[in-house]
Amino acid sequence: MTEIIVIAETKDGIISPVTSELVSAAIVLGGNPTVIVPGVNDTAATSGAAISGVSKVIACVGEQFSNYDAAAWASAIDACAPAGVIICAATQNGKDLGSRLAARRAVSVVQDVVAIDGGVLTSPIYSGKAMQNVSLQGDAVVSIRANTFSPSSDGGNAEISVMNQSADLKTAVREMIAKASERLDVAEADIIISGGRGMQDPANFAHLERVADTLGAAVGASRAAVDAWEDISHGMQVGQTGKTVNPSLYIAVGISGAIQHLAGMRTSKYIVAINKDAEAPIFQHADYGIVATWQDALPILESELKALLG
Amino acid sequence: MPEIAVLVKRVPDTNAKIAISGDRVDLSSVKWVMSPYDEFALEAAMMHKESNGGTVTAITLGTPDCDKVLKDAKAIGVDRIVRVWDDSWSDLDSNQVQSALVSALKELSTEVVYCGKSAADTGASSTGPGVAERMGWASVSNIIGIEFEDAGVEVLIPRNIGNARTGVSLPAVISCDKGFCKPRKPNVKGIMMAKRAQVEVLGADIPTSSINIVSHTPPPQKASGQKFEGAGNVPTVVAALRNDANVI
Ligand SMILES: Cc1cc2nc3c(=O)[nH]c(=O)nc-3n(C[C@H](O)[C@H](O)[C@H](O)COP(=O)(O)OP(=O)(O)OC[C@H]3O[C@@H](n4cnc5c(N)ncnc54)[C@H](O)[C@@H]3O)c2cc1C
Repeated sequence: MTEIIVIAETKDGIISPVTSELVSAAIVLGGNPTVIVPGVNDTAATSGAAISGVSKVIACVGEQFSNYDAAAWASAIDACAPAGVIICAATQNGKDLGSRLAARRAVSVVQDVVAIDGGVLTSPIYSGKAMQNVSLQGDAVVSIRANTFSPSSDGGNAEISVMNQSADLKTAVREMIAKASERLDVAEADIIISGGRGMQDPANFAHLERVADTLGAAVGASRAAVDAWEDISHGMQVGQTGKTVNPSLYIAVGISGAIQHLAGMRTSKYIVAINKDAEAPIFQHADYGIVATWQDALPILESELKALLG
Repeated sequence: MPEIAVLVKRVPDTNAKIAISGDRVDLSSVKWVMSPYDEFALEAAMMHKESNGGTVTAITLGTPDCDKVLKDAKAIGVDRIVRVWDDSWSDLDSNQVQSALVSALKELSTEVVYCGKSAADTGASSTGPGVAERMGWASVSNIIGIEFEDAGVEVLIPRNIGNARTGVSLPAVISCDKGFCKPRKPNVKGIMMAKRAQVEVLGADIPTSSINIVSHTPPPQKASGQKFEGAGNVPTVVAALRNDANVI
């Protein structure tokens, strides 16, 4: 039986919720995983050990984990991880680290897995216009998209061992230029409301922000909106040349549904489209389509949600 | 003066329809282009040369059909164009692709590699960091800004909390997002030069694959959704999101 190793995803020294989903993925793939928790100390390891289904936890501790440095992280984590199939989150850093770990071990990496069934791993290719199904014939590294597996519950009590593993940094952060906006990033949000060219003016994104605030959602945008309006930052762009998102709910407002936009959001669990054109292609992909202008629809959406969620 | 390389890949145009015949994608009738992010990598490589001197080599991996993207790079102004291939290869996995590219980079004594942040076909983003690891080099991914220094570069990398201004000493692999530069267009002289340019072909020893592509399949079809006429139906949809979909 191959060993399965999960690399915990952490943010500011805390284990991200996606880690419990990776544990579920490991179990589907065939085993109770060893979870590696990288950090400048071993504090986060306790929450790793509390995920049920985890066989053991290795806190991989070193100064290099204060900032992401691909080479240093890969070398330290590799030294802590036994041989086997490694699972990481298909986030920007998770995929980067996964590629490095695979290269270090001279094995293949399978990225962006959205399903595992009978040992077959499925990932979207050609921006979701086709799916690739592969089977592993030995050790490999696999990255799993968020929201693919339901999280393994709490209640575990795995043993924790601590390994101090320092590694040389190959890059140096000279300055952090803080984001102007404190809004949630689309790549991390479970609910996203996006606006397109149909919003007509960047000031109208305020309507989307109000709905987002009620839902705890992030605000995204189509490329047409990002290109047309300076206030709509590239970081908000969803799609082929923007971010790929996989939320539970994606609300597209004034977005036509071009193939390049769909590439970034088509795997969303539920899609709602608000568009004044009944023929807009987005409706073919929407679970719930509302043919209306946003001027008519958004105020009602906002008041309904406020009534429901307070 | 740095030996600069840029990795370019031939992919189906992002507007292309992807057909499946049997259990494999059928790309026989798609239009092929250079993967969009590679254009930014190519521009960054040219900027590096203009700032620090050196030579730029564009490298691709694939059959002779891929010569077109190399010629496109040549028309932009790269010095050398190299294709890595062996006729016995097919369906290469990440381990094999990276091994082959690394073998070429070593042969060319490359000191800095530019690539796109992901290729438009696989979307995997594995090649840049994977190549760096095999070379024992630094790597930075998804950069959105770059300045050239004497012994390295300073790049801007988007992070959760903002953008990290990051110093990288060479050798390194730098994978590029869009936005920080405007890829130049070829001029007539460049296009003429490209016509006459020779593609250098390099082989490599590669490992066996440790994954097996079982099949390609169409994306799962969603059950067809419900469409409502008029904003008056917003409450119905909100109720469905709450009670049926359980997402709010
Ligand atoms: C290589 C490449 C990469 C690309 N990458 C991306 C990408 O990453 N992301 C992306 O989004 N696009 C991308 N595109 C662009 C894409 O092809 C489309 O041009 C873009 O998505 C269109 O944005 P849109 O839907 O906002 O605008 P449009 O297509 O102009 O649609 C606007 C919509 O708003 C509706 N509308 C107008 N007024 C109202 C109103 N008052 N109320 C309600 N609805 C209204 C209209 O009916 C229409 O459907 C890419 C293109 C290329 C070639």
